[in-house]
Amino acid sequence: MGMDTSTAILLSMILPAVAVVLNLVLRSRDNLRDGLTFVIAAATFAVVLTILYNVGGQTTEPLVLFEVLPGLDLAFNVEPLGLMFALLASSLWIVTHIYAIGYMRTNKEMNHARFFACFSFAIFSVMGIAFAANMFTLFLFYEALTLSTYPLVAHKGTPEAIKGARTYLGILISTSIGLQLVAIIWTFGLTGTLDFTQGGILQDHIAGPMAAILLALYAFGIGKAALMPFHRWLPAAMVAPTPVSALLHAVAVVKAGVFTMLKIGIYIFGIDFLATTGASVWLMWLAAFSIVAASVIAMTKDNLKARLAYSTISQLSYVTLGMALATSMGIVGGGLHVVMHAMGKITLFMCAGSIYVATHKTEISDMSGLGRAMPITFGAFLIGALSIIGLPPLGGSWSKWLLMMGAVDTGQMVIIAVLLVSSLLNVAYLMPIVGKGFFIRDNAAAAPVKNLETSPLVWGPPAFTALGCLVLFFFAGYIEAFLMPLGVTN
Amino acid sequence: MATQEVHHVALTLTDHLPILEVLVPFVAAPLVVVLGSRRLAWPIAFAASAISFVIACLLLLQVLDGSYISYHIGGWAPPLGIEYRVDAANAFVLFLVSGISTLILPYARASFEAEIPRRSTTLLYALYLLCLTGLLGVVITGDAFNVFVFLEISSLSTYVLIAQGLHRDKRALTAAYNYLIMGTIGATFFVIGIGFLYMATGTLNMADLADRIAVQSDSRTIRAAFAFIVVGVGLKVAIYPLHLWLPNAYTFAPSAITAFLAGTATKVAIYVLLRFMFSVFQPEFIAQVPTLEVIILPFALLAMFGASLTAIFQRDLKRMLAYSSIAQIGYMLLGIAFFSQAGLMATMIQLFNHGITKAALFMGVGAFVLRAGGSFYHHLYGLGKSMPWTSAAMVIAGISLIGVPGTAGFISKWLLVQAALDAGWWPIAILIVASSLLAVIYVWRMIEALYLTETSAELPARQAPLSMVVPLWIMALACIYFGFDSDLTLSASRTAAEGLLAGSMGME
Repeated sequence: MGMDTSTAILLSMILPAVAVVLNLVLRSRDNLRDGLTFVIAAATFAVVLTILYNVGGQTTEPLVLFEVLPGLDLAFNVEPLGLMFALLASSLWIVTHIYAIGYMRTNKEMNHARFFACFSFAIFSVMGIAFAANMFTLFLFYEALTLSTYPLVAHKGTPEAIKGARTYLGILISTSIGLQLVAIIWTFGLTGTLDFTQGGILQDHIAGPMAAILLALYAFGIGKAALMPFHRWLPAAMVAPTPVSALLHAVAVVKAGVFTMLKIGIYIFGIDFLATTGASVWLMWLAAFSIVAASVIAMTKDNLKARLAYSTISQLSYVTLGMALATSMGIVGGGLHVVMHAMGKITLFMCAGSIYVATHKTEISDMSGLGRAMPITFGAFLIGALSIIGLPPLGGSWSKWLLMMGAVDTGQMVIIAVLLVSSLLNVAYLMPIVGKGFFIRDNAAAAPVKNLETSPLVWGPPAFTALGCLVLFFFAGYIEAFLMPLGVTN
Repeated sequence: MATQEVHHVALTLTDHLPILEVLVPFVAAPLVVVLGSRRLAWPIAFAASAISFVIACLLLLQVLDGSYISYHIGGWAPPLGIEYRVDAANAFVLFLVSGISTLILPYARASFEAEIPRRSTTLLYALYLLCLTGLLGVVITGDAFNVFVFLEISSLSTYVLIAQGLHRDKRALTAAYNYLIMGTIGATFFVIGIGFLYMATGTLNMADLADRIAVQSDSRTIRAAFAFIVVGVGLKVAIYPLHLWLPNAYTFAPSAITAFLAGTATKVAIYVLLRFMFSVFQPEFIAQVPTLEVIILPFALLAMFGASLTAIFQRDLKRMLAYSSIAQIGYMLLGIAFFSQAGLMATMIQLFNHGITKAALFMGVGAFVLRAGGSFYHHLYGLGKSMPWTSAAMVIAGISLIGVPGTAGFISKWLLVQAALDAGWWPIAILIVASSLLAVIYVWRMIEALYLTETSAELPARQAPLSMVVPLWIMALACIYFGFDSDLTLSASRTAAEGLLAGSMGME
């Protein structure tokens, strides 16, 4: 692997961009188009692995493509958090692509070429976000991600899809332009730079109370992190076909949000600065509120995808909480939770899609007894759910552990209580689905159970990621060690 | 500052570039009429416009360092003779105007053919050239009365050009008539203002005027002149309450003409406003009179919100874009109202970026009109599929209009917000981004109509001809290019802003 890192960074973005063009050019050649996209997805993952091999946990010098305005560069670099995000997104792209082929074909969805082109464009944007070396570059790709996922949400073209897509775009664009952009320009005005710098750039430039306001502009401006009250777009986005919900709304888009949140915490404000000024205390409480409130709302939802969406809102706030704690444990725990939650939630969404493809059922109350007919799907769902709840031996247990350690470090006992209550709530809204599926018999289902599992392309990927949840439990230590440099304080 | 004075003994062609910039289209216009050949009209018009563009590029390159070129017409030295004066501010506008014109002409050919009877096209090209001459002349001249003359040349030809829309919709006639009345009032105010200035100072050369106003004590005559000029030019700029002529004129004019005017005419008027406010009247004078805070600023904000809200509720894409133009002019006025270098820089760069963005959008509308028979939203249904290239270019230009990063529109929004923060005007910064959000809504109505609907027509619309799609895409790609590489636009607008804020010193 003799590829130099700069080339690899560019390649990790060029490859998905090529996939966009290929999908548009080969719009009528289904097999060739989907096959080539798979090859490109695999190649993208290989390129990101190369970067990992070359760089490891180091932070590289920015690769400046060009200067847009004086002091504002389009620039990329590699640092542990971004590399982890890129690895996550590119590996899950492969899995989701296989799943999407199965889903779109079995479910007879329309406009495949447009769908896969936009999908690839979203991955391109995610790579840009992951490797952005400054806030301006990140913002550029952040907006590109919003715009490229909009057609995916509106994909079905039905009135409710269009309505959902409007909410989606409306909230994401208005928060990002209305709040985040103002925060970015303000930061630039204060410091004259937007480069991500270990330890932050704002120190000595802004006083405590104003820092809290600036942080608020960022925290609410990063609408993709779905911090309450700007969370409505995520349930609205559930009108999208399930592969979109799985990769984009459980992994790429929302993780781009919390990733950005971590980035500004670590590299713009600096953990020390946040800890000494206490600018993020309010955010900690708001995140804690979001965690509990979204879980409670999730319990009231009968639509499976809606319940998962609220669960996502709750879990995202774990990451925000980790940043707001402003301790190294919190930051590392938040970073780790990005991975763990992604693996768990993508499993749950792909299972939901698998159920929909097989039975066209969307409401949880209709799913009684389905577990016996779809053992693999429900088995995978069980594992994913346990990981989200945070039970060993599944990956999710570690990130919650670290977050609690972080809360202990700051002496916030209430936060520990919040985390515990939230885990209980997770049990309360996830377990009944599995329970109903396996143990409650449908009255009509007195007839012998017949296997309803559809194509292996549909049930294989969730089974695979469920296995991933298990594997992550044993490898969490490596990821933690990899992320440790982020938590280094001066 | 390196300056260069050209005397009447000028020998080389390069020295004559300032006059050739205007003279080429001016001579080409009657040539088209005299030859009377339908076949030759377009090539002559295109060649004239292209030559002007090349000259504008050469001039811009010469003055980017902050110097200026002073050209004396007929060798008569100013202040007696008429002087053409090229500096960064107006070379930048010349570049924009001649560039857009040169791109529109290839596009206009197919569009005119469909919208205008063949017998009229020859004269149409002549008028187009006259309009271009007027616009270029207004920008390049250093003589206040000469500005008025060229302004009238461009205006009179514009009235006729707009009226040519009558072959598609008879309401073009009332639109043109309306503009004729309003435009004439504006021109009258303007010339009255210049009359007052002449009365007070006895000169018409701008640099000379500036010097004399600077040494004169503040008099009522000069204040009256200022008021008349601002209102007169304000009509041409379409400052919010004076904008009433614009929506109809843009909606009913032939598509190519709308694209041309939207990209150039109001921008030239903004330039005139800037030139008079800062170079003729001094920045110190502006600081004394409360025009910026009590007139320009509130009206700019009104435009940003009032016109944007109106744009949202339009059912015709062309009219929506017209209202959006009024809103975008609000941004330029806002930059002026900050009364700082950052603000003027934002105005200059928004002038350019919005010029190319709006030209691209109106070019796209023209292609839709040609193939789908109209620009109402219901005509656009399903065109995303049947006219993919045109629609995709419209999306690019649309997001540039919103100001999404990676597009030209973003650069101007960024500078504008930064200027607001520099001035410590917090609420204004918030209002700027809030009004961008209104742009999201109206642009998204267009995108939904294009992509998320099924066509109602029995025959799907055909692709637009290449002669339209290629210029449209050049313009759309320019929106992206200038969003990433802002070297040229930034340095030109910085030099321009510096020159303007230096007042009469900037004219020395």
